Amino acid sequence: MTKPLIEISGLYKVFGRNPKSVMERVKQGMSKDDVLAQTDHTVGLKDINLKMEKGEIFVIMGLSGSGKSTLIRHFNRLIDPTEGKIMVEGIDVMQLNTKALEEFRRNKMSMVFQRFGLMPHRTVVENVAYGLEVKGMKKPERLEKAQEWLDTVGLKGYENQYPAQLSGGQQQRVGLSRALCTDAEILLMDEAFSALDPLIRSEMQDQLIELQEKLHKTIVFITHDLDEALRIGDRIAILKDGVLVQQGTPHEILLNPADDYVEAFVKDVNRARALTVETVMKPPLYRITAETIEEALMQMKSLKHDYAYHVTEEGYQGLVTQESLQDAVDDVSVSNFSDDIYEEVPAVLPDAVIEEIIPETMSCEYSLPVVDEEGNLKGELERSAVADIFAEGGEDPAEKELEKAS
Amino acid sequence: MADSNWLTSFPEMERSDLRAIKKALDGAYREFSREYGEMIESFFDPLLSFLVWFEKLLISTPWFIVVAVCTALVYLASRSWKLSLGCVASLLLIGYFGMWEDTMRTLSIITVCTMVSIILGIPIGIAMARSNRVQSIVTPMLDIMQTMPAFVYLIPVVMLLGIGKIPGLIAVVIYAIPPVIRLTNLGIRLVDKEVLEAATAFGANRGQRLWGVQLPLAMPTIMAGINQTIMMALSMVVIASMIGVKGLGQPVLKSITNQYFTLGLLNGFAIVALAILFDRASQAYAKRTNAHLGDFKHD
Repeated sequence: MTKPLIEISGLYKVFGRNPKSVMERVKQGMSKDDVLAQTDHTVGLKDINLKMEKGEIFVIMGLSGSGKSTLIRHFNRLIDPTEGKIMVEGIDVMQLNTKALEEFRRNKMSMVFQRFGLMPHRTVVENVAYGLEVKGMKKPERLEKAQEWLDTVGLKGYENQYPAQLSGGQQQRVGLSRALCTDAEILLMDEAFSALDPLIRSEMQDQLIELQEKLHKTIVFITHDLDEALRIGDRIAILKDGVLVQQGTPHEILLNPADDYVEAFVKDVNRARALTVETVMKPPLYRITAETIEEALMQMKSLKHDYAYHVTEEGYQGLVTQESLQDAVDDVSVSNFSDDIYEEVPAVLPDAVIEEIIPETMSCEYSLPVVDEEGNLKGELERSAVADIFAEGGEDPAEKELEKAS
Repeated sequence: MADSNWLTSFPEMERSDLRAIKKALDGAYREFSREYGEMIESFFDPLLSFLVWFEKLLISTPWFIVVAVCTALVYLASRSWKLSLGCVASLLLIGYFGMWEDTMRTLSIITVCTMVSIILGIPIGIAMARSNRVQSIVTPMLDIMQTMPAFVYLIPVVMLLGIGKIPGLIAVVIYAIPPVIRLTNLGIRLVDKEVLEAATAFGANRGQRLWGVQLPLAMPTIMAGINQTIMMALSMVVIASMIGVKGLGQPVLKSITNQYFTLGLLNGFAIVALAILFDRASQAYAKRTNAHLGDFKHD
């Protein structure tokens, strides 16, 4: 893997009169409450180490007060750390002077805010063009570019309105296009969708995912909502009381929560919506590759299974049962594979969300074949595997203890 | 302590000591004003000549042109026919009752005082908003300026600069400047943190933040401060007339000493009419230009 785009190491943030003076105690592992009681300083972040790759959506999640909004403000130094290193594209952000920092903010990173942070005295299009204005771009050019972004997020026709005239979702679209308009490679999103109602929120999530497919930005996304994190995140870091408790891909977090805190989070999540077929499928055990029906029947018999997936050089063909093969061999009029032999079984895509394919899985007596867009057989999805997802969600903690013990 | 009955009467300082202190301070200040008075006066010369020029301009311009210009300004600011009609009517009445020249003099000094207050006050307000230390120094000074009886600070000003327009102007500005300073400070401090943070995050420097975000968003509050400043300047006109500022204040002063009830009332009404015009026009202007700032909290 290439060098990470953003690298944060050993980051500490202490709030108070003289943060440096309490650093020693914090490093020795004194708890947040003790530090507060003894020195009247608040530990905001403690020994944060993060690496973010180019082009990924990295979600930092935690409850309110966990320090997530403080953390994201360190990326562009809206807040200065007490100690630690922040590298972006090989630039040590901590070493930048005021002027260089302004340049850095203008070109490398842009930000979307929870309560939008729009300027009420400017029209929508002027708001979107703000980043370019700060950079010193001429008015006609920047307005033209801003207009393009407004069209992209679906706000055509609103350009001369003022933010107060727009709904919350529309305002955040303005915030998003303002951030995209500067062409910065890194997008910081501080609880960008938290202030929106659920329907608009999921609409915005879809739009973000859709945009990301085209733009391939590096997005740092803050949220307190695990469903949201699982939905849009390529990787997720979970923050608790200023400490990182777990980092990983969504299904790593879902399937192997690092501690009780994460587990408590994961418990309420709709796993069927968060997990994809890929994460629960098994490699296809029973496959036959024969060209003719007779060969196929031979292979089938050696598999000791009553059905199998038929795969040829052109990829996945269909599901055949021993019974239908036998019939075909017995019937002289049929000499080759035809559609009649295959069972009617729907194939599912590896990146489909479990929730969407539950009906197919449950109504079919065979394990569903998992076939990618090129037609290759990737695996099979057992009914029991899908059922397990729900079982795990509602699992009794005591049962789990037993499981661990055994 | 000579007296032993300090229980019944306050243990005051010796009269002779107090007299010595007064004498020393008065003497020192008199020395100072003799030494530097002229220099300070010449410092204000450009302002004085502007004031004189502006007053002459208002008085020598034919009255109907002045009425037309004032009405046009009021209309441009407020876009209200009612207010513009009120402006015409009140100016005509003022002229008809023989107070035209005094009103023009008052108008000129009020205009200049307001301009000086804005030019000095807004930067001071900005400095206060930027630094808590500046705020903690300036705030008590503003308290003194607003509560100290105007007559008291007239004394040193008159000692230093004599009687005339400039001392009058200084007195009016001292009295009228606090609101614009206070409300500029307040307005900037009340600017939504997230909006300011957004500007910073997009790489805006101090100047871009000030002109692009802080001042425009603080404008309604600053306008309220300017409005208050104008009102206070007008109310100071009578007191300023005691040190030789000509205008509507002088007839009022004359009617107090001679008990001319009607004269006082007429000039008083003229001041009120000016005040209402200034107030309504500037408020309507502020309201109109900041209309879309009003209901930002949408849902």
